[in-house]
Order: sequence, then structure tokens, then C-alpha cells
Amino acid sequence: MSTITIRNVWKEYDERVVLERINLDIESRAFVALVGPSGCGKTTFLRMLLSEEAPSKGEILIDGKPLAGEPTAERGVVFQRYSVFPHLTVLGNVLLSLEFERGGFFARLFGGARRKAMEEARAMLDCVGLAEHEKKYPAQLSGGMQQRLALAQTLIRKPKVLLLDEPFGALDPGIRGDIHALMRRLWNEESLTVVMVTHDLSEAFGLATRVIAFERPRLDPVDGDRYGAVIKEDIEVWPRRIAGADSPHRTPVLVSNSPAPGLDDPAASKGLGQDDLALQA
Amino acid sequence: MRAINRQIKPGPRLLLGALPFLLVIIAYLAGSAIRLADNPSDKLLPALTTMADAIDRMAFTPDKRTGEILWWVDTVSSLARIGVALAFATVISLVVGIAVGLLPIMRALMSSFIAVISMVPPLAILPILFIMLGLGETSKVTLIVIGIAPVMIRDLALRTEEMPTQQLIKAQTLGASTFGIVQRVVLPQLLPRLIDSIRLNMGPAWLFLIAAEAIASESGLGYRIFLVRRYLAMDVILPYVAWITLLAFLMDYSLRALQDRMFPWFAGARAS
Repeated sequence: MSTITIRNVWKEYDERVVLERINLDIESRAFVALVGPSGCGKTTFLRMLLSEEAPSKGEILIDGKPLAGEPTAERGVVFQRYSVFPHLTVLGNVLLSLEFERGGFFARLFGGARRKAMEEARAMLDCVGLAEHEKKYPAQLSGGMQQRLALAQTLIRKPKVLLLDEPFGALDPGIRGDIHALMRRLWNEESLTVVMVTHDLSEAFGLATRVIAFERPRLDPVDGDRYGAVIKEDIEVWPRRIAGADSPHRTPVLVSNSPAPGLDDPAASKGLGQDDLALQA
Repeated sequence: MRAINRQIKPGPRLLLGALPFLLVIIAYLAGSAIRLADNPSDKLLPALTTMADAIDRMAFTPDKRTGEILWWVDTVSSLARIGVALAFATVISLVVGIAVGLLPIMRALMSSFIAVISMVPPLAILPILFIMLGLGETSKVTLIVIGIAPVMIRDLALRTEEMPTQQLIKAQTLGASTFGIVQRVVLPQLLPRLIDSIRLNMGPAWLFLIAAEAIASESGLGYRIFLVRRYLAMDVILPYVAWITLLAFLMDYSLRALQDRMFPWFAGARAS
């Protein structure tokens, strides 16, 4: 269980207000996508969830307890870039998570403990589809594979909350589809509350249970910097996705007797408006 | 075709690379021949045979007075000094560089101090070292360390600071302690950059070594050069200079080879 409560959070830098009056309750195992134009403060918001920055006002609670003042293992993160360690192999990267957890002062495991950790790391790599690349260094992997590795490295620590900062923004569309499928599966299987920053609306509606849009109101251009971004929209994706349950967004034809429509066939009716973005999932 | 697009084939490239060396050698031989034709006892540009005699005398014949082979005695004592000094400079710059680059409190404490210290001209404080530490090995090694360590500290502190913040945040979200981050994330990524730093500081290290040996020493490559200078013994000085150059080149080359071998990930990480 890992609810996130944001109470009247403001963030200001000197004279500039970045975010104001942010109130949000994120329920356990939700998948929240934060969208908004560049510079609207969505990454700043994620940084506050990470404790990389502190709110100027207000408070953030996880399971009713205030956030620690620095990043901790209860909140995992995947950034767009530099999320993995370039000096370690794929296996070494995942193993390092366990070595930080169990390796004590020197963050190293030996003997049986190391073998056991390696087994766990291999299982995790298998889960994200990197099993045959375990000896490679990150520079030898494609962008999509690096992000899979970053996910594996983070999830093996079993964080309560997973924070994603435009993790798939730099990937090719095809690869992005694969990693979206992986992301959906991980969210269903692991006990995770996910908060993802993205500028891709279809990604937001395709993955999330709830899409939150930040926007900076332009009440008066003269004192524009005195108004921070606020929550402009808070949309529950419908029909509801529920973690661990079958997705309502898949075509139900798989259980019916009629053959699944081919790629070029007209889309099967799902009882939804064709403009519903949720259909793109 | 534009000059920037004109690629050189491997064969001609090798030839072009060798050309400056050949030109220097030819110029020397011609100059030497002209001067020797004028005055057979000229000492400024000795013939190759004269130099070969000198090398034979220095490197393969025991000295009449001490029974030692001077060339090797000089080489060993110079290499020992520079090796010890590099070891000290390496350890100091790694420890201080990481501390300053990673820990805000150390940065606040040390960064302006190091910035000022690195501006002190090391040769200007050489007399102080001789007065305080005597004329022995300590003062020479200290001069080299004082000469190169501040620069290396600043270099490694900068390299530490320029590591992506994301990596440090990520390590923290994996539950790493400060010490865990230092030894599993920062130090391993700094080591190949340390080798770069040593390579760049090898030139200054030799400079300070030879300066210290020239002023007060009983052996060493720099000592020998400055000793025989009194007799205009160019036939000894030139081979010694070539030998020092070769040693420095070999040290540089082996450091680069060590970097490639020990840190196979580094080339790819540097490119990205």
C-alpha cells in the first residue's frame, strides 16, 4: 500500500513561482501521468516527489508519513538519460541494487550471498527481456534496452513508488510500443504506484489510470512569473484500468468466437466514442 | 575537394607521420657534417659515432671511479623519484578530488584554498623545500607532488562534479550510502579519468624532477645533463634527452594501454 498525498504544495525560486496550490491524492497502485507544456513544472513536481528538491510550502506524504528529506529506496526512479551506470555490465547494474541493499558498508556481496543475488538479478533481467545481454555494457545497448535495464535495476529493490521522468521520450516509436507493453505488465505484476512525467498525450492515456495536466495561467502577462502552474485537468481514464486485473482496453474478441480483426480491418466497436484517447492503448 | 574532406590512405599516412622525424634527423646530420668539416673537434653537433661512443661509455661501461654504470644508476634514481611522486600525487588527488567534488562541506572548505595553492609557482618554493627538508630525496619528491597534485585535484574534482546528477540520485534511490556511492559509483568512473589526468601531468612531473635534480642531487638523469653541461658534452646530453623522451613516451603509452585494458566501458561512455 502506498498512497501519495500532496497538500497545498507551492514551489518558488526567488521571485518566480513554479507551482502553486497543488493538492492531490494518489491512491495506492495508481498510474498517474503528468502532462503539460514545457516549463510547466511537471519535472519540478517529480523532483519534489524524489526529495531532490523541497517544496517551498505545503507537504507531501507517502502512506500518511512526510517524505524523507533525501532520496530513499522506497521511491525508485527512471530518468530519460543517465539512469544506468556506464561502468558496470548489464548484470552488474542490476546486481548493484542488491549490493547496495545487502552488501553493508562496502556495498559488496561475496560467496553464496552473491550467487543468490546474481540469480535474482538474472531473473529480473529475464523479466525485462535482457537475459542474453547480461555481459554487455550500457553503451553497447540501444536506448530502449538501456531503459529496460534502468527499470530492472530500480524494480529489483521493490520500491513502493516508481517515478518516471519522460523515460520513453527519446525512443523510436516501434521500440516505445514494446516498452509500453513491458511497463503495463510490470505495473500489473509489481506492487507499485507509478507517477510518470511525459509530454506524449497518447502515452499518457495509453498507460495511465489518471492523467493530470499542469498549466500556468496567464491572468496578466505583466506579472506572469508571480503565478505558478496549477492542476488544470484531472482526468480519470475510462474505462478504469485496475492494477493486476485484465485491461478493459483490450479488444474483447480474444474470448469471443469471432476471429480477431486484422491490422487493416475496421476497428471493432468497443462501445466507446472513436475519439476516446483511451482507445489507443 | 575541400581540405577538410581529403582523407589520407593508411600507407601515405604512415609516411607523413614519419616525415617530421626524418626531416629533423636529416637536418641534424647535415648541420653536424658541415660543422665537423669546418672544425673536427666541434662539440656542439657531435656526429652519430661520437654519440654512440658516449652511449657506450655511459650505458655499458662501469664508471672508473665508482664501478657503477652511470646511465642505469641515473635512470633508476630518476624513475624512483618520479614514481614515488606520482603515487603520492595520485592518492592525494583522488581522495581530495572526490571529497571536494562530491561533498558540499568539503567544497566549501577547500575549493578556494586549492584554487590559490595551485597558483603558487612550485619552482619558487623549491628553495623553501631545500631549506626545510634538506637536499635529500624528500625535497625532490615533494617538489613534484606540490607541482602536480593541485592541478590533479582540481581536475578530478571537476570530473566528479560533472558526473550526471541523475546517477547520484539513482544510486540513492537504490539505498546507497555516501561511502557506497563513492566506492561503487564515483571511484570506478573516476579511475580512467585519473589516468588521463596522470598522462597530462607527466610533462610537468618530468619538468619538476629535472629542475630539482639539476640544483641538488648526486644522481639522476637531470643531474647528469647539468653536470656534463660544464664540458659542453653534447654527445652525452643529446642521448640523455632522447632517453628521457623515450621513457616519458613509454609511460604515456602504457598508461593509455592500461586504460583501454582495465576500463573497456570507458571509450563508449566517453563517446555518449
